[in-house]
Amino acid sequence: MSVTADQQGAALSRPGATFWERRSMRTKRLVWVWSFLALPILFYSVIRFYPTIEAFWLSLTNWDLLKPPQFIGLANYEKLFADPQFWKVFKNTFAYLLVGTPISLLLSFVIAYHLDRVRFMHGLIRGLYFLPYLTTAAAMAWVWRWFYQPAPIGVINNALGTLGIPQQPFIRSVDQALPSIMLTAIWAGLGFQIIIFMAGLRSIPNTFYEAARIDGLGEWAILRKITLPLLKPTTVFLVVFSSIGFLRIFDQVYNMTTNDPGGPLGSTKPLVLMIYQTAFSSYAMGYAAAQTVVLFTILLFVSLLQLWILREKK
Amino acid sequence: MRRATLFAGLIAGFSTLAMNAAQAVEIEYWQYVFDSRVKAMDQLIENFEKANPDITVKQTTFPYADYQTRVIAAKMGGQGPDVMQLFYGWLDKFVAGGLLQPLPTDAFPHDKIESEFFPIVSAMKRGEDYYGLPTAVRSLALFYNKKLFTEAGLDPANPPKTLDEFVAAAEKATKRDAAGNLIVAGSTLDMAGQDHQWWREVLVRQFGGQPYTDGDRKVAYNTEAGEKALKFYTDLQTEKKIGQAGFMDEGQAAFRAGMAAMTIDGTFRLGAFKSIEGFEWGVTELPANADGTRSNYASYFANGISATTSGEKLEASKKFLAYISSPEAMDVWLKTVGELPARRSAAMTEANLADPVYGPFLKGLEYARTTMFVDEAAQRQTTIDMANRVLLEGQSVKDSLAQAAAAEQAIIDAAAPK
Repeated sequence: MSVTADQQGAALSRPGATFWERRSMRTKRLVWVWSFLALPILFYSVIRFYPTIEAFWLSLTNWDLLKPPQFIGLANYEKLFADPQFWKVFKNTFAYLLVGTPISLLLSFVIAYHLDRVRFMHGLIRGLYFLPYLTTAAAMAWVWRWFYQPAPIGVINNALGTLGIPQQPFIRSVDQALPSIMLTAIWAGLGFQIIIFMAGLRSIPNTFYEAARIDGLGEWAILRKITLPLLKPTTVFLVVFSSIGFLRIFDQVYNMTTNDPGGPLGSTKPLVLMIYQTAFSSYAMGYAAAQTVVLFTILLFVSLLQLWILREKK
Repeated sequence: MRRATLFAGLIAGFSTLAMNAAQAVEIEYWQYVFDSRVKAMDQLIENFEKANPDITVKQTTFPYADYQTRVIAAKMGGQGPDVMQLFYGWLDKFVAGGLLQPLPTDAFPHDKIESEFFPIVSAMKRGEDYYGLPTAVRSLALFYNKKLFTEAGLDPANPPKTLDEFVAAAEKATKRDAAGNLIVAGSTLDMAGQDHQWWREVLVRQFGGQPYTDGDRKVAYNTEAGEKALKFYTDLQTEKKIGQAGFMDEGQAAFRAGMAAMTIDGTFRLGAFKSIEGFEWGVTELPANADGTRSNYASYFANGISATTSGEKLEASKKFLAYISSPEAMDVWLKTVGELPARRSAAMTEANLADPVYGPFLKGLEYARTTMFVDEAAQRQTTIDMANRVLLEGQSVKDSLAQAAAAEQAIIDAAAPK
């Protein structure tokens, strides 16, 4: 112990030692740690934070890619809030969120809860549920797009036909298109949510259940008093994760309606698709940036609200 | 020893390369990726370099969806192509952004352009200057399935010539199953395909109106003529029941699958339809109205010279542009890509006019118009929505037309330079 202290003392006092050599071990280690940490921080600043801040600035300009951006104040926001198309898209986005998130969570919990008890071919069934999550969203969307076609090529309509049920227009209808697309999005995300729920269920110690059973609690009570409360961290994670997913829905909508993106009559268009069209089809970058800021605000608000509602109450 | 020889060889190699580079001018050509277009351009570049050994041309391509963004981003980055391809509808944007220079009149005199090219080339003119020249142009025609025509008791050698004949033939060819579901459509109805062009530049005129005035800056179809044209179109589904929007997902897919007797589409579809094996198809001019009035919509990609190209690169670019808009180049393009020559003399040859496939498209070019879009995707959307409001929401033709006219005017006004 004293030897090291002496050595340190010697190093400190040695004449001609460089600035670096005179630092203590602790300082040196801190410098090393921070220089490693600086890399990802720098990386994120350049590719995440800087563009985000830039987008805020661009939303106050009329940039169209060609001419240098000019400051136009809040004109983009005024235009946006006065645009009926925006409110329709806003409504659609929240329909995806408010209907999609609860249904997908409920479904995935029910499946995970029962799958957890299945021993027979457990791995295979779990794999089948997870498979859609691994498939490219665009490819899946095209398959579903063909499922939804009218007879004679649409699988679903053909099945309805043999049962004597009238043909449904699905994605060619103003009312049915959004639920039809939402269904494919729920189906696609289901596998991931089931896996997370199952991991959460497995992490609840068996002794709790055994104790409850000895005390004579029924299955329903066990679910309510033990499983659900202990699953809360998992649920919070999935609610936030799934909400962000539905708020940013794009692939399914775009690929299922490429002829008339977000159609018919804008009935399936989410905010992200509107941003995409404004930016990369009409090249109104300033206006698109304003829409992005609105989306950012919604995402932030919804996430914070959920975290607050589902917080640990002490 | 061996290493030394190798090194000497390398140096010699580099110096010859450097010498060549000093003599040759290299210019860069940009277009979007489409297999046959890239192949045709490779061949044109090879021919051009053979004739001009002091010039080399480097072809760079980008996916269509990225193409405009790339050109614009390259300009912001201070580098880009010397000669570039652009859709005629992008010209306003490209000129406003300072991407193009006017074609030098010494190499491209106006009287020559105007006398030798089809009149639709005027879409490349702004003020007193031309900003580009097309190699090839596209027009629309009516494709019909000969097998389905025969099955329906129609004469495959005598396709419909007027709108009435078109509707009558479509009614005969339409087939439904016992439950009333469409099995074979008489004609495809697909506003998102080419029908919006057909409605805008052809039907509106055939019913006595005009789609726009004031250089396509004022929407003019919100009239009785426009109403008749829209009613004719939506009636095809609601009254005559000869087709259904969304049948087989897309019009061209329905035709390809042999489940639609007729479809209106452009020259660019020839490549896809040529691989059809199940049936024979024919092409005929777009139907005329009862008075014999015809119209057509033509469009094209043109080639222009970058605003920043100057000096010997400009001279080389002028030569290259002149070559790729020459009759020889147009012939190569027609054979490789299947698009029609943009020069009257190269297009209207006896062989081309007699060609059963190219003939009807070429005849259409004589009376074709080009719409001066400010934002093609957005303007197309207003037309799609106009038809959908009638077909899906039961809005009246008159109201839907008025709503579409207002929406499209707003898009045009928003794009006007301030």
